[in-house]
Amino acid sequence: MARVLLFGRLRDVAGWRERELVDPAPASLSALRAALTAEDAALGEALAGPGVQAAVDKAVVRGDVGLGPGSEVAFLPPMSGG
Amino acid sequence: MVRLQAEPFDAGALLSAFSEGRRETGAVVSFTGIARAEAGSVETLELEAYPGFTDTAIEAMAAEAMARFSLQDVLVVHRTGRIGPGEPIVFVATAAAHRREAFQAADRLMDYLKSRAPFWKKSHGPDGARWIEPRAEDYEDAARWDAPPEQPR
Repeated sequence: MARVLLFGRLRDVAGWRERELVDPAPASLSALRAALTAEDAALGEALAGPGVQAAVDKAVVRGDVGLGPGSEVAFLPPMSGG
Repeated sequence: MVRLQAEPFDAGALLSAFSEGRRETGAVVSFTGIARAEAGSVETLELEAYPGFTDTAIEAMAAEAMARFSLQDVLVVHRTGRIGPGEPIVFVATAAAHRREAFQAADRLMDYLKSRAPFWKKSHGPDGARWIEPRAEDYEDAARWDAPPEQPR
């Protein structure tokens, strides 16, 4: 199971803010991206857009990483500042 | 200390509490940022944070400012959620032995908060809603602190 959080304009694109992917549980960040893209191409494109970062368990990651049970994945569009 | 909160705050009360009982502090500087109406084009600002991520990032910057400017104390209060024009949105206070460090640290923290802090900001107005990204000036302001400090002439 992975918890997925979307922030900023990504949640407008997807129409949701938070989801749990239970079946199948993605084993890696790239598998999670592929699963999200397969069901919503517009979201997939937005996730691959410029400046969109991914955080796993509240730490920004680069490239692909493995996901464990209970991983929290957040997709972060360019930050706006306060 | 860093606090994210949806509730409005009273900047005067925050400053009074922050300033109390400081016998070795020569300078307290505070800044209050207020949401602008932009001539009626902004009815509400919506500020989104990632709890546990946004506050951790701001804590790290506050710790850096503490060390860099020899601060005795720092307080950052930032609102999230929906904020109306005229409402305070951010409060920064710094305490130091001398004024220069207190001013510089508050300036540096605000430049960071306005450009790099992990928030996502949406403006709601009569023409609809749009996501806002930092202005070029905000990045330039923040970059001032990346360069080595200027040598005094």
